[in-house]
Amino acid sequence: MQATDLRAEEAVGRPATVPGLGRPLRSEEMVVNMGPQHPSTHGVLRLELVMDGEIVVDVIPHIGYLHRCFEKHAEQMANYQQVIPYADRLDYVAAMSNERGYVIAVEKLLKIQVPERVEYIRVIMAEFSRIVSHLIAIGTYGMDIGAWTPFLYCMRDREHVLDIFERTCGARLLYNYMWVGGLSHDVTPDFQEKVRAFCTYFRPNIKELNDLLSYNKIFIERTANVGVLPAEVAVNYAVSGPTLRGSGVKWDLRKNDPYSVYPLLDFEIPVGRGEKGTAGDCWDRYMVRVREMEQSVNIIEQAVERLPAGDVRAAVPKRIRPEAGDVYVRTETPKGELGYYVVSDGTASPFRVKVKSPCFVNLSALPAMCRGAMIADVVAALGSIDIVLGEVDR
Amino acid sequence: MKEILIDLLGNEILVYTLMALVPLVWVVLFALFAVWWERKVSAHMQDRLGPMRTGWHGWAQSIADTLKLMQKEDIIPAAADRALFILAPYIVFTASYAAFAAIPFSAAYLGAEINLGLFYIIAVSSMVVVGLLMAGWASNNKWSLLGALRSAAQIVSYEVPVALSLLAVVMVTGTFDLQEINRMQSGSILNWLIFAKFPLLLAAFLIYFLGSLAEVNRTPFDIPEAESELVAGYHTEYGGMRFAFLYFAEYANMFAVSAIAASLFFGGWNSPFGEFLSGPVWGAVWFLGKGVFFIFVQMWFRWTLPRLRVDQLMYVGWKVLTPFAFALILAVGAWMLAVR
Amino acid sequence: MIPQEIHDALRTRFGDDILGAKLDGVVDPFITVAPERIREVALALRDDPAMRFDTLCLLTGMDYTGGKLGVVYHLASMALGHKIVLKVDLAAENAHVQSVESVWKTANWHEREAFDMIGILFDGHPDLRRMLMPDDWEGHPLRKDYKVPEYYNGMKVPY
Repeated sequence: MQATDLRAEEAVGRPATVPGLGRPLRSEEMVVNMGPQHPSTHGVLRLELVMDGEIVVDVIPHIGYLHRCFEKHAEQMANYQQVIPYADRLDYVAAMSNERGYVIAVEKLLKIQVPERVEYIRVIMAEFSRIVSHLIAIGTYGMDIGAWTPFLYCMRDREHVLDIFERTCGARLLYNYMWVGGLSHDVTPDFQEKVRAFCTYFRPNIKELNDLLSYNKIFIERTANVGVLPAEVAVNYAVSGPTLRGSGVKWDLRKNDPYSVYPLLDFEIPVGRGEKGTAGDCWDRYMVRVREMEQSVNIIEQAVERLPAGDVRAAVPKRIRPEAGDVYVRTETPKGELGYYVVSDGTASPFRVKVKSPCFVNLSALPAMCRGAMIADVVAALGSIDIVLGEVDR
Repeated sequence: MKEILIDLLGNEILVYTLMALVPLVWVVLFALFAVWWERKVSAHMQDRLGPMRTGWHGWAQSIADTLKLMQKEDIIPAAADRALFILAPYIVFTASYAAFAAIPFSAAYLGAEINLGLFYIIAVSSMVVVGLLMAGWASNNKWSLLGALRSAAQIVSYEVPVALSLLAVVMVTGTFDLQEINRMQSGSILNWLIFAKFPLLLAAFLIYFLGSLAEVNRTPFDIPEAESELVAGYHTEYGGMRFAFLYFAEYANMFAVSAIAASLFFGGWNSPFGEFLSGPVWGAVWFLGKGVFFIFVQMWFRWTLPRLRVDQLMYVGWKVLTPFAFALILAVGAWMLAVR
Repeated sequence: MIPQEIHDALRTRFGDDILGAKLDGVVDPFITVAPERIREVALALRDDPAMRFDTLCLLTGMDYTGGKLGVVYHLASMALGHKIVLKVDLAAENAHVQSVESVWKTANWHEREAFDMIGILFDGHPDLRRMLMPDDWEGHPLRKDYKVPEYYNGMKVPY
């Protein structure tokens, strides 16, 4: 008890002794549980907050409430194709990105090359899923801070994207669309027109969102200088995605470790610079997501212009039986760097599929962001990391 | 109105009771209306429709909800302080309701003729804090207690700028009696106090309005109840009819502060067209209409703005509004001296 | 730096603790390291100015069947852009390996998960407890010979 007291005292900057008392001042830390059911933990997450009054001395996340044994299931599937629906359900908010990483990994093991049309459509779908995921992140973050209305606007815009998904593959949320070597369905003939219409519709809405939420003085007060994550700490924690870029590190796998047709497309990587507070605070991470949505719209417009003709099922192999070996493939999903480590033993079913989940890793940096903050700031910091428990727990 | 009723019925006690029931009836009806209206206003601001099925555009939704809440099991936590738990919603409601005694609904209707009307209102509406603290403490729940304590701190802090801005009005009009203040604003829209000593009383109105948002726990000052991390603050443990009562009490409080704003700054029961469309009944219509308009502005704020953190809220109350209110008093006093 | 150069640099520095490598004919070249020296190797890889592996992308616990376990480390360098894979082989009866938590903080949670799922013990880890399964669960679920328990705290598990 003694050592903890002193640590708590030092953490809040108070001297550990009172003159004349003759011994260190004993203070009790209150342990408060946020979750597992809680309006703003974005899923079933239990945060154990060790508090000294209003100040949080430590945050201990407890996860595993949504563990659905993805890796064990993957080992027991009869073939590699059957793992794809499970991969969808990891980050159920941006399912297209999850599928993509896995199929690229298996294609590398099989050493097959997919047609260009497939690459472009995959890029378009992945960028749409980036927009969709960021809309939810922004909307729910606004709700955590107390602004109810932007969430509904984000949901409304999201419906347009889900309509496009439904036209293409029949599902709104979980698709089983990207197959090893190709896609399950080709896009409809009016795909280009619908996509262009969406891009025209969506750009002014980003501006509206900025006017309503991003530059609102109260929102800035709540999020600037809160939950600061310095760049070196972020890199050591292997944080990735907007959480890393918010700290000022310009690292995006689409540019720094390119895959697919990204080298042919022209877009920028937004980075947090501490415009409204410190670099690496919640506002920076939030703003990186808003700006990434704009960049995604650019990418989609370019890709849909260049969409070449072709057959999306041309390279889908009849039997998937890679030779023994392993591969690690990482892609830039909306949450960060999603990695699939696929180990094959030469049979038709995978030997091991391990997922490097960006939300899992980003969540491990939460204690580093929150020590010494207040409860409201823990909520703000947690919302700015943008976790989806499906991916954290797999 | 009091004279008419006394002539009619003879018994004074009965007459006073009837006069006291008028705002009660209004408050209950208004609360039902306000719940529906909040849902519709928020829905349309959020690009959706809100209740549509219970009657034309869902007007009967509040009635349906009340019926549902009345059937719910009355749960009191085992470790809760029973007496305080049951008493708390009544105290909150009574404190808000008592303020209606001194607010004139029209030239003919005033619950109680108190020549210290404004002073009485400020004093009595502070009792709401007692009720909230009781609710938070009696629930025997860490989250409720935190919410109640924050609420108490918030309301007590914002009493200061509210009282100071109302003091500016008193300095200009020279009286605490609301009926007198309303009579001084009759004639034309330019007599309304918001235009008097322009722009000083406009500043007083703005300070008052912001302070009153904090008094009724509305966004951006709704830390005590809607904070995502406190679940539901001081009314976490309340369910069923008790919760409905606390909810109604909140709307009663909202209407009370809106009514004061309308009375003091916007002419109260005076018609904006001067003599046209004025009279005892029309006066009530104008007064209630202005009150409802301010309620709409409060709802508009709620669905647009995020909420402040508790320390930022206290900062705004003590370090921004209070100094401004003091400066305002000085300015009004200086103007009045200069004019004389 | 290409994998051959990384392997040569490590060999020069750590000699026989580098147990082997497979650099050609595989999609991802890897280097096998002795389990008792993995922390020093990791520190060298992170701090050497020519290598600067500042990111541990993934730490995977493996069950290779036949009583063999292993840990696979995927390292990447944000500063210099190269990648390498390290592998450590362990025997199931004595699955101890040095923890690299002091080198990359991210290993804290990854190692807890490897312990939880495969049962590998990381020496020097400050807080090695289960990550995804409940704290009082028995067994390590991702082992190939894992049998789902009948009952957990009185509740029937398979349904």
